[in-house]
Amino acid sequence: MISIKGLSKHFTTREGALKAVDNLTLDIKEGEIFGVIGYSGAGKSTFVRLLNRLEEPTGGQIIIDQEDITAMNAKALRVARQDIGMVFQHFNLLWSRTVAENIAFPLEIAGYPKAKREQRVQELIRLVGLTGREDAYPSQLSGGQKQRVGIARALANEPKVLLCDEATSALDPETTDAILDLLVDINQKLGLTIILITHEMHVIRKICNQVAVMEAGKVVEQGDVLDVFLHPKQAVTKRFVAQVMGEDETDSYEQLVGAYKEGTLMRLQFVGETTNQALISQLAKTFPIDINILQGKITQTKHGAYGTLIVQLLGADDDLQRVVHYISEETSVDMEVIDDAH
Amino acid sequence: MLTEWLPNIKLEDFWEATEETFYMTSLALVGTFILGTLLGLLLYLTMKGGIWQNKVIYSVTAVFVNVFRAIPFIILILLLFPFTNFLMGTIRGPSAALPALIIGAAPFYGRLVEIALKEVDKGVVEAAQAMGAKTRTIILRVLLPEAMPALVSGLTVTAIALIGYTAMAGVIGAGGLGNYAYYFGFQRRDFDVVLICSIAIVVIVFIFQFIGDFISNKLDKR
Ligand SMILES: Nc1ncnc2c1ncn2[C@@H]1O[C@H](COP(=O)(O)OP(=O)(O)O)[C@@H](O)[C@H]1O
Ligand SMILES: [Mg+2]
Repeated sequence: MISIKGLSKHFTTREGALKAVDNLTLDIKEGEIFGVIGYSGAGKSTFVRLLNRLEEPTGGQIIIDQEDITAMNAKALRVARQDIGMVFQHFNLLWSRTVAENIAFPLEIAGYPKAKREQRVQELIRLVGLTGREDAYPSQLSGGQKQRVGIARALANEPKVLLCDEATSALDPETTDAILDLLVDINQKLGLTIILITHEMHVIRKICNQVAVMEAGKVVEQGDVLDVFLHPKQAVTKRFVAQVMGEDETDSYEQLVGAYKEGTLMRLQFVGETTNQALISQLAKTFPIDINILQGKITQTKHGAYGTLIVQLLGADDDLQRVVHYISEETSVDMEVIDDAH
Repeated sequence: MLTEWLPNIKLEDFWEATEETFYMTSLALVGTFILGTLLGLLLYLTMKGGIWQNKVIYSVTAVFVNVFRAIPFIILILLLFPFTNFLMGTIRGPSAALPALIIGAAPFYGRLVEIALKEVDKGVVEAAQAMGAKTRTIILRVLLPEAMPALVSGLTVTAIALIGYTAMAGVIGAGGLGNYAYYFGFQRRDFDVVLICSIAIVVIVFIFQFIGDFISNKLDKR
């Protein structure tokens, strides 16, 4: 769907040349919610603005839906932009227009006749859940409602791609979740590809299929969200994972091992778990053992539960062996025996 | 009663002068609005980082604006006499004052327009570009509507300056209240005429201010 090859953007600053986006190559599949995460200044906004050429690339190629965006003249680009919706952190609504008029604006640009425009605006208002607010001005709306207008406006011309630059970063956590739900809903209903820029791992975890981690203009790590969660390789990725998982537990294992000398200590890793979420109660029912949960954090992702539990199993040696065998053979939960007291 | 307190006022002359002031101010305001908006847009669009970034056009426009703003109006009228004569065929009467009034006020208003446009949220312009809007659409549907309250209050300030300019123009033969106050009041030492003209001008200023504030508030949905 989207193919990016060797994309670069260099700025000339007083301190010299700055590679905001540095030789970046990526492929994004149709219908995917593709997350790009990175700290402030990593080049995320520059990257997403290059995709519709709000920023002119210094080099490289962008193909969206078989069309070479980078090769287009100004007129072709204007037409292509009508098929690429964009949602902004600060909404960027026209305060002089009502909700309905704001949503109608891209339709005016695309040359829709008035009657069709009104009908489409009504559809969009329903889609984003703003029924009854069509005649309100942006100043009369909450942040979440403003972003709904921003999303409706971006969807007006039935784009193939939706670019979201920090679309939830100006919103409180609850509103963020509501907007993310809306994006998932749109992604499923309309099947459009969404590229979502954020600095919050929470956002990636909640709705993305794929994630790319950006640092200093480069993608340093990329893949399936769960894989990246489970096996973060780069330091920056580990820090982002820690954002939702709490601090890295490895340090505290040692203390636990010291403190709990009996039985077996094990680390259970839930990786997008849907079937074995009830593992603990299952074990307790099936085997004559006691289970102590010592530490852990489980979080829900798009693909089920993800997270780690550290447990202490107490019981007869052969029962404990059978438990270990059972978990590794019969379930999809990742297990590691940290310390076997024997 | 009126004639007792203000023995030298000829109501007919006074009304004519008031009408002339209104006439000059209103027409000059229309001309100033058009020329000033064009100048302001040109400055905004060609400035560094603007949509039509162009150093030469920007500099030429900026110099024009600054030079004409620097010349005191009373001197500008004299300076423009040949031009006015060429354009209007005369240098006397309310209509002949219009070129000088517009050229005097438009650069001032142009700067106010430029400032008003700079206040428009860049993100909104960018959003319109991301939707595939042409520059013309951005000007007409984004920049001007979003800047409208500031454009109107700028126009109010300009209108009030213009009323002052018409009075100056009046003294050198353009008609209106300034003319009436000077020739029929001051020169004949009939100070009741000067007084009544002052009051009339203050009233006109208040009317413009009131209308301007009203429209500006009405438009502002922020
Ligand atoms: N127009 C510009 N001129 C110069 N430098 C810029 C410009 N836009 C962005 N940058 C620089 O490029 C880098 C990446 O910025 P940005 O893409 O906004 O990062 P992010 O969105 O990840 O926070 C930053 O160092 C920023 O200062
Ligand atoms: Mg950014």
